[in-house]
Amino acid sequence: MEHYLVAMGVTAGIYAMMALGMNVIWGKAGLINLGLVGFFAVGAYTSGLLTLRLGWPIPLGIAAGTLVASLVGVLVAMITVRLRGDYLAIVTLGFAETMRIVMSNELWIANGTDGLSGIPGPFRQALGPHLFNLQFLGIVTAATVILFFLVERLVNSPFGRVLRGIRDDEQVVQVAGKNVVTFKIKAFAFGTAALGLAGALYGHFTSFIAPDLFAPLLTLYVKLSLLAGGLGNSIGAVVGAVLVVFFLESTRFIIPLVPGISAVQGAALRELLIAVALLVVLRFYARGLVPESIPQPPLPTAPPEAAVAIERVR
Amino acid sequence: MALLEVSGVERAFYGVHALQGADLKVEAGRITGLIGPNGAGKTTLFNCITGVIPPDRGRIVFDGRDIAGLRPDQITRLGLVRTFQIARGLPRLSVLDNLMLYGADQPGEDMVPALFRLPKALEREEVLLARAVAIARRLNLFHVIRNPASDLSGGQKKLLEIGRALMTEPKLILLDEPVAGVNPTLAREIGEHLKSLVADGITILLIEHHMDMVARLCDHVVVLAEGRHLAEGSFEEMASDTHVQEAYMGRRKWGS
Repeated sequence: MEHYLVAMGVTAGIYAMMALGMNVIWGKAGLINLGLVGFFAVGAYTSGLLTLRLGWPIPLGIAAGTLVASLVGVLVAMITVRLRGDYLAIVTLGFAETMRIVMSNELWIANGTDGLSGIPGPFRQALGPHLFNLQFLGIVTAATVILFFLVERLVNSPFGRVLRGIRDDEQVVQVAGKNVVTFKIKAFAFGTAALGLAGALYGHFTSFIAPDLFAPLLTLYVKLSLLAGGLGNSIGAVVGAVLVVFFLESTRFIIPLVPGISAVQGAALRELLIAVALLVVLRFYARGLVPESIPQPPLPTAPPEAAVAIERVR
Repeated sequence: MALLEVSGVERAFYGVHALQGADLKVEAGRITGLIGPNGAGKTTLFNCITGVIPPDRGRIVFDGRDIAGLRPDQITRLGLVRTFQIARGLPRLSVLDNLMLYGADQPGEDMVPALFRLPKALEREEVLLARAVAIARRLNLFHVIRNPASDLSGGQKKLLEIGRALMTEPKLILLDEPVAGVNPTLAREIGEHLKSLVADGITILLIEHHMDMVARLCDHVVVLAEGRHLAEGSFEEMASDTHVQEAYMGRRKWGS
């Protein structure tokens, strides 16, 4: 059982990292990216292939996975830069599905649907399965904490202010003197780097990746984490991710207790329970459990008479 | 030379020729009014000047530089900024953030200075903050500075539009109906704000339908009709011009 809880913790951490990355793209800039799992896959495959086939050290592979996912993110952002809302959602969804289908059919890249197995993990043999998992929980937790602080810095900076502006009204932000296109691309670059990092870590943790793992359902689970936790709030992203993983896993134990249903019905019932849970959360916490707040920096305490007139402009 | 010179600007939307060679000159240091009947192309001309909609043809020279076809953000950075007819405060940003967003030259809008909180970003933020607070005080928005822009009244939203424009340190502000839908007392107050801005050295071009506002504020009035320059002069001259009267009221068909 303890084994299981540790593995669950690692999964929760990886979900949290994805939710944090998505919070920059979707939560702050308001760009609906349904291709999340595609960038996760790019990170996982890049790091997996480089360490397995070319013998790169694991940290270097993870760094490469992060970087390549970010570059792909920039590419997708440049292609979709004129799209918003539903149109952006459908194109990014198409991107993720394209990645999955290419990886399934182009056997020379990574064995197609058989997947990549034997991806090295740090000190996997030396530590044995239990200690290895514990170690990995440490790694993922540290990565999540670092990412959390980076995201917080970014979204509370002038850069984050521009992203929040784009979410509300792109044209106003343009008139404000900001090149909206480059801000959107930068938001994608950062967010997809986080997704790639999560993917690379995932591959080294489980040692096996295959196209089936990168189905759109994972994208939806991460979106669900953000909706339930609080879209646009970093704490909400982590809380939501932990809750979703906890809920996904705990329903596994509840279903067998329900008498008279088959395994297939049980799986469907699990999905149903998740849907109901989301509805309940959103009914009572429409903006998520930890809603986004408006940043309030301290104001300078200037003497009123000095502040009555602004300086002559020119 | 005029601060802004627009000549021969054309813009069509499919079959509709909104602008058919519009001309306009804005002299520095005064308030120029742009009037004309509904559908004359006033807002389209604003959109063309500020790059929100690129013109099909024509020259737009601002401060000695042809700006036709530049992006809105480039034009704003040159010192020409606009406000919107229907106030478009960013609803989920505080009034303060709405103002700060319009601040120019903030290195903290790049990722690396933002992530590492570089001193140059923090210093610029302090300067912008002081400016935003001063503008908010000047426009009587200080008491709502922490509220989200969606909570403002209609008149406060109009003031926020002007405040945001001021944050860019503009040479010329284009105001699209700054007092539409505002109560008369506040309208007069906004008028006084505009006069004091001109006294500070900012040039203003405004579209307005309230003729008493135009009469009180504008040093010079340009009339646009059917996408073309029709007449210009002082408000009194325009009000007594038969062509202008015809454009607004229609032609007298039966003689007296």
